[in-house]
Amino acid sequence: MTKFTIAFKLSAVLAACATCFTVQAAEPLKIGLVLPMSGPFSAYGKQIEHGARLYLQQSGGSFSGRKVELIIKDDTGVAPEISKRAAQELVVKDKVDILAGFGLTPSAFAVAPLATEAKKPMIVMNAATSAITTKSEYILRVSHTLPQVTAPIATWAAKNNIKKVYTLVADYGPGQDAEAQFKKTFTVAGGEVVGEVRTPVKNPDFAPFLQKIKDAKPQAVFLFVPPGEQTIAFTKGFAERDLAKAGIRIIATGDLTGEDVIDGVGDNALGIVNSMQYSEAHNSPENKAYVAAYYKAYPKDRPDFMSVSGYDGMQLIAKTLEKTGGDATGDKFMAAAKGLAWISPRGPISIDPQTRDIVQTIYIRKVEKVAGKLQNVEFESQANVKDPGKL
Amino acid sequence: MSIVSIDLAPLQRADRWRVAEWAFWLLPVLGYFVFPDNLVLLTQIAITALFCLSLDLILGYAGIVSLGHAAFFGLGAYTAGLLASHGWGEPLSGLAVAALASGVLGFITSLLVLRGADLTRLMVTLGVAMMLFELANKLTFITGGVDGLQGIEMKPIFGTFGFDMVGKTAYWYSMVVLFLMFWAARKLVHSPFGLSIKGIRLNVARMPALGAPVNARLAAIYTIGAAYAGVAGALMAQTTQFVALDVLSFNRSAELLLILVLGGSGSLYGAMLGTIVFMAAHHVLSDMNPEYWQFWLGAMLMLIVLFARDGVMGGLRTAAARLVPRKLAAP
Amino acid sequence: MTVLFDGIASGMLLFLISVGLSVTLGLMNFVNLAHGSFAMVGGYVCVTLLNKAGVPFLACLPLAALATALVGVALERTLYRRLYTATHLDQVLFSLALVFMSMSAMQYFFGAQQQPLNLPDFLKGQINLPGLDMGIYRLFLIAVSLLIAFGLQSMVSGTRFGAQLRASVDNPRTARGVGINVERIFTLTFALGSALAGLGGAMGVEMLGLDPGFPVKYIVYFLIVVAVGGSGSITGSLVASLILGVVDVAGKYYVPQVGSFVIYAVMVVMLVFRPQGLFGRMAAR
Repeated sequence: MTKFTIAFKLSAVLAACATCFTVQAAEPLKIGLVLPMSGPFSAYGKQIEHGARLYLQQSGGSFSGRKVELIIKDDTGVAPEISKRAAQELVVKDKVDILAGFGLTPSAFAVAPLATEAKKPMIVMNAATSAITTKSEYILRVSHTLPQVTAPIATWAAKNNIKKVYTLVADYGPGQDAEAQFKKTFTVAGGEVVGEVRTPVKNPDFAPFLQKIKDAKPQAVFLFVPPGEQTIAFTKGFAERDLAKAGIRIIATGDLTGEDVIDGVGDNALGIVNSMQYSEAHNSPENKAYVAAYYKAYPKDRPDFMSVSGYDGMQLIAKTLEKTGGDATGDKFMAAAKGLAWISPRGPISIDPQTRDIVQTIYIRKVEKVAGKLQNVEFESQANVKDPGKL
Repeated sequence: MSIVSIDLAPLQRADRWRVAEWAFWLLPVLGYFVFPDNLVLLTQIAITALFCLSLDLILGYAGIVSLGHAAFFGLGAYTAGLLASHGWGEPLSGLAVAALASGVLGFITSLLVLRGADLTRLMVTLGVAMMLFELANKLTFITGGVDGLQGIEMKPIFGTFGFDMVGKTAYWYSMVVLFLMFWAARKLVHSPFGLSIKGIRLNVARMPALGAPVNARLAAIYTIGAAYAGVAGALMAQTTQFVALDVLSFNRSAELLLILVLGGSGSLYGAMLGTIVFMAAHHVLSDMNPEYWQFWLGAMLMLIVLFARDGVMGGLRTAAARLVPRKLAAP
Repeated sequence: MTVLFDGIASGMLLFLISVGLSVTLGLMNFVNLAHGSFAMVGGYVCVTLLNKAGVPFLACLPLAALATALVGVALERTLYRRLYTATHLDQVLFSLALVFMSMSAMQYFFGAQQQPLNLPDFLKGQINLPGLDMGIYRLFLIAVSLLIAFGLQSMVSGTRFGAQLRASVDNPRTARGVGINVERIFTLTFALGSALAGLGGAMGVEMLGLDPGFPVKYIVYFLIVVAVGGSGSITGSLVASLILGVVDVAGKYYVPQVGSFVIYAVMVVMLVFRPQGLFGRMAAR
């Protein structure tokens, strides 16, 4: 062939390829995350963001051929009107395809009507009150609800000779959900709730409450308080007052011993039996890979259940888009997302087609020291737990 | 007995609207066209500006320092919210009932505020607000507690303008309410009543000698300030269709005080400017850096307080006095 | 009764942290709402020394106080000094701006999560007497606070520095005229207030936790103590803290349904009946 022919054929091929690319290059996928990045709950926002970004990085930055643009807006966690404002701007100004995040229940409640009006999928990555998914047909949850995590520990306690329990919960939605579910499941299984108290959500001093518990002499105290300083204050007070010596043990949801908090609690956490959907010590190939990747990307933090929710939220979006061929319009997305199932770092999970809430395995764990680190070691589990708050 | 006549001419002169003021009130119209995608933010700025205005009435004019003004804002918000969630979704009457409720609370608590100096008043107002907060927290079956009051559905204003997602109706609604209430407040501070309030702030010992009943006046202005705050709260509840406990929180009162001092108290416009500067800065900084915007906001505020006494209004006055030879009379 | 003991301990911690505010507010007439930030700095210094440098806990406390005092002096000389003549409102704006910056800075350096603090073994546990369980750390807290209260009060009323301080506050002009270096007195007083805050913050980590949000969480309590006790009065701060601590703890134990309500109600009632605070001077400032 002459040089001219070669050049001609080459340019023809290149031109064909160029048209290929212009035809296949799809619109970027915009995902708006509304998270508490500053303020008293910034630890939640940080973990969720870490998880979300990690998944995105592992997927090469695009889902089903669409490049993903992640926009994160801070809602301070304490002002739902800012959550609403942030979500509205994401929808109207940034024109996101999907809303996600929501570290606290009021933020989710405030944004729900917006998701309905704008017909945008709204993926809840932490807010744990049962009723949230009922507020809009476009809400999906990938984290957990308090009743879902509480029921298994109540069953475990009743089966393991713990007959008298005192409950202590923080006085807000998730706390009330936990208390109600525990009482229900525990009494049905034959146990007795000898006392209950609801503590203020802000700055509680557990001293008077711990004293009351000591006086009531239960076999265990069931605890739910927001993860963070309260869990530390409670366990310290518990140890200081020698309640363990009085024969009382702590049973709780895993919020008490989450990886982000447990080092702050210290050795006081050893021996606490709790229930949760995720543990860093979970023995599965997916989790081992996840934990390794997490430490590589964020060496100063430990992966906890909120980071896994961020990770799985993004995975949900990716898998749904595989099913719809890249189409993220509200109704198509929701239809494809219902019933999706996959293996997450925490274990097998799925989205309930009726309630759009998460169905997952809840593990019963005990806090032990593994290789010098405090871990929640799983020893029992209950598979396919649906949110009992809605049954 | 001769009739004492008062020369109201200076008051009436001060009451005349200046060019700068007309220009300022064109901003809402401008904002609608320049920032069509940020209407929710602008609406919340208007609501906060009204709230700040109510604080200016009691702090800037009457000298009552309050760290608990959120009590009235919150009461107004919950009143309007509860009305709407129980079926009464008409917006304007909701505002009126909220104003009434907050005004009544303001009147009752004004009795507590009359005694003591700055720090005492500060703590009493704070205490009242915190008690209301705890009460709302406990009465979860009424207020929704920490999770918030939902199910607020607003009927269209005048039966025609429905509340939409983009926020157009909410925007004009809030702006109009803000303007009307501002106009009323402005008239009030330029009236003989307003003058007596200023007198009480400047020299409370002298006022009875002039025949002004100090406690009655203070109670009156505190009640009015409370009612204004109630309207702002109601607007917030109606435009966001959600009310959470934070409307009564200490953070809200403290931030409001911050905004007013930033803008400059005692001029009404200081409340407006302070709100705009603060919330715009928060918004821009938060978008740039969702995690650490507070640091930069604090730095900005610190620079302002170090270099401009009496806030933005004070800074503007100083700058104007240097640039314009004719002295600007204070409003 | 254990509840009474816990209330006293709670009150003592409150006193320790708030007395610094009483000093700066009452004696220097400066509204320093950033007081909580100084306490927070003391807490972080203590935790860092303890966890990263292995310094024994008892040594961490004075070091934390010292470090905070140094921070206080640095800020006083550069920033606070400019605002002594400003209105109280401008001081509020300034100190709140400082709070914002300090919270964000701590989040940046230490992260948003709770800081772990492991007490040395001899401070853990309880002493159990019939009918009364006393936490050892709480006993320690009460002892230190009483020492500080006594020390402060004797310093202010008994020493030359105390006399110079009182003179500078009552009449700066005349004090200068008598040869007292008022600026230096104020700097030292501010350093003292900051040191107290730092110590209180460090000692409070065990009971209150430590995270970047510390200043705004507790500023209300500090203000309550200073207002009820009367600003500038050390005895007043002590008495007010005790009353508030006991009332708060007892309220939460006996009537948990209205727990948090009680402290505010008591405060409002006390202020309505005694607006200048328990021991405050009738300041017409």
